[in-house]
Amino acid sequence: MFAYYLQLGLRSLRRNPMLTALMVMAIGFGVAASMTTYSVFRATSRNPIPQKSDVLYMVQVDNWGPENTEKGEPPDALTYIDAVALGRAKQAHRQTAIYPIGPSVIPDDPSRLPMRQGAYAVGADFFPMFEAPFLQGGPWTTEDDDKHASVIVIDRKLNDKLFNGGQSVGKQVNLDGRLFRVAGVIDEWNPQPRFFDVVNTGGFDDPPGLYIPYSRAVDLQLPTNGNNNCAKDPGEGWDNYIRSECIWNGFWVELPSKADAVAYKRYLEGYAAEQQRAGRFSWAPNVRLRNVMEWLDVQHVVPPESQISLAVSLGFLVICLVNTVGLLLAKFMRRAPEIGVRRALGASRRTIYAQFLIEAGTVGLAGGLLGLILTGVGVLGVGLVFPKDIARLATLDPTLILLTLVVAVAASLIAAFYPTWRAAQVQPAWQLKSN
Amino acid sequence: MDILPILSTLRRHKVTAALVILEIALTCAIVCNAVFLVGQRLDNISTPSGIVENELLQITANGIGDQPDAHARITADLAGLRQISGVDSVTMANQVPFGSSSWNSSIKLSLDQKRPTVQSVTVYYGEDIPKVFGVEIIAGRAFQTNDYTWFDDAAKSGNATFPKIAIISDALARKLFPDGNAVGKTIVTGTNEVRIVGVVKRLTRPSIMDYSTAGYSMLLPIRMTMSMGASFIIRTQPAERERVLAAAVTKLKAMDNRRVITEKRTFDDVRKAYFASDRAMTGLLIGVCVALMIVTALGIVGLGSFWVAQRRRQIGVRRALGARRKDILRYFQTENFLLATIGIVIGMVMAFGINLLLMAHYELPRLPAIYFPVGAVLLWLLGQVAVLGPALRAASVPPVVATRG
Repeated sequence: MFAYYLQLGLRSLRRNPMLTALMVMAIGFGVAASMTTYSVFRATSRNPIPQKSDVLYMVQVDNWGPENTEKGEPPDALTYIDAVALGRAKQAHRQTAIYPIGPSVIPDDPSRLPMRQGAYAVGADFFPMFEAPFLQGGPWTTEDDDKHASVIVIDRKLNDKLFNGGQSVGKQVNLDGRLFRVAGVIDEWNPQPRFFDVVNTGGFDDPPGLYIPYSRAVDLQLPTNGNNNCAKDPGEGWDNYIRSECIWNGFWVELPSKADAVAYKRYLEGYAAEQQRAGRFSWAPNVRLRNVMEWLDVQHVVPPESQISLAVSLGFLVICLVNTVGLLLAKFMRRAPEIGVRRALGASRRTIYAQFLIEAGTVGLAGGLLGLILTGVGVLGVGLVFPKDIARLATLDPTLILLTLVVAVAASLIAAFYPTWRAAQVQPAWQLKSN
Repeated sequence: MDILPILSTLRRHKVTAALVILEIALTCAIVCNAVFLVGQRLDNISTPSGIVENELLQITANGIGDQPDAHARITADLAGLRQISGVDSVTMANQVPFGSSSWNSSIKLSLDQKRPTVQSVTVYYGEDIPKVFGVEIIAGRAFQTNDYTWFDDAAKSGNATFPKIAIISDALARKLFPDGNAVGKTIVTGTNEVRIVGVVKRLTRPSIMDYSTAGYSMLLPIRMTMSMGASFIIRTQPAERERVLAAAVTKLKAMDNRRVITEKRTFDDVRKAYFASDRAMTGLLIGVCVALMIVTALGIVGLGSFWVAQRRRQIGVRRALGARRKDILRYFQTENFLLATIGIVIGMVMAFGINLLLMAHYELPRLPAIYFPVGAVLLWLLGQVAVLGPALRAASVPPVVATRG
């Protein structure tokens, strides 16, 4: 029966090509617009590290006080003093301070030009915490952190450039004229959004090429390659700078259980209270401990463009659906005599329902296929609207293809519900009489 | 034309009528807000920079390792660039309007004031910025050669060698001293007291967070070294830009082959890059609006045709009873006008609601009242154009239909 109704549906669609084309286009365009914007929304709002997002926390400590902060929200970065104090305390399962640096890698071959690299100064715990995938070697050790060792972790791309992709563990890399020993090589790794450095990247950036110990970077007086904010003039020189209340450090902790998180929050409050007693803070402890998704939310990683365009295209889809309801109604009611004959010949209301829903389903499927093509075009065109770092995350993957078809068919069935009901209400006697 | 018969007919076709009304209402709500968002973006895009955009070039370079003789090197670099034919003037600036990084400071009117008067003001460093950027000084004076301090000296020795004078933008001057003359007054930037010696007409900020404060900027007599992302700014003739840019890059590389040029662009590129997402968003919203109106119009055509087909006999009877073609045409036009009006009223309420939502989430201003009449007229026109085809077809139904079937 299904096959027969499908055949009837297709024949009916052919009978009225203009009306059919209108419906298919309405559904196709509506679905394509929604799916294209959804692909961007999905990319920007996704969880960059789903397996650990609720055990990794970003730490905030208010060192500026109510005068220099807004709505009681502590600054979104830490001072060197706090980052180092929390790092030394080791109150979490794992912890790392982090800040972006911009060193130049100087190749051994003097004929090749120096390369500027996106890079981070981090602690040894950074790699296991964020599950950086190692190809060779491994992270440096916490002893290296304590010894301020000149060690480095590079990514596959830099390894390809410097060592032609070969074994490089133990070899030297020249950063701004200083040598670092390679501890490990990681695969290309670029979690998006870049939760561990949202403040400086907005969440989307090219993959960083290398990592060196935080303690060593501070020894070398490497300035942050990201934001630096000072509520007061830090005074002269690097030593005054790192002792100042200027904020430029991120600090992440891994806390395996809820109880650990509660305990760590209590520890942070204790730490801030201690600073208050010591006279550094003249306000009550104001600290935050936010897991990955909470942090991304607070930092508004999803661009307003993405939200607005998704909302507008969903509105567009709704209008397309209302339109389809009207057109299906017109189409079905025009066939009232035919329905009358079928009912008089013994077809039940159920069969009428089945027939017309299947017909609407074929419209939906056709709309879905059109929508799929348009979504493909739309996804390619995302780069025209969104920055390239975000645009390249929007892809037409199997999930999106399936979703497009499902949304199209579901939408057309929803739209068909009322027209079908009306069709099933047709009184056979009335129709037979009038003809 | 009597509208009572129309209303009584509509009452018998509640669902179809409701569909038309709903479609018009939704279109109205979305188009009003989308057009409003487009207007906001266009306002952003047209923000003036205050500088001679079509004459400026920006080159950012990075030295490798420590740069012990930074002052001499930058002086030599600038002198080298000045030798290129077609170069009008050159400086090294810490930032440019519509750039991506910004240097900001808070402003107080006195040292003992607790909360700053202006939370964030962009501070431009660089020699002769007004001259190179082409910014007009409307009061007071420009900096003189002996006013300048080197950036690293000013940063190193705290307050001792920090500049004692500043030039501010007119927008900032009006904010700080609403009752006039800012020249000669003292303000506090961070923890340093500076005296205002001049006012420039306009100098827009980089990475603008809030467009109402886009003009809040200040200049300090500080010579930049090649550090902290500072860039060479070259002024030349508009037609010479491409050639001068290429020549300047070659020259900079020739003077130091170890340096990395990270960015080279005309100021047109700076502006284009800065507003890329605004422009794209505008295009997207306009596209969606047009698509929406087409879909709505097609929907009205489709339902109108259905309606006409359904009422062929009634129309025939009316024609047979003496109604003219014009009367039939008018009937359908009036009907559409009534539906559109109800849709518009509901749509405006919805538009207002969506606007309130946007205001709460994206800090947008209130929808201006002018959108309501303009939106209404637009949708009335849309409805009338869409219904014209079906209405003409209805008008051409011959009276003889009444006698058939």
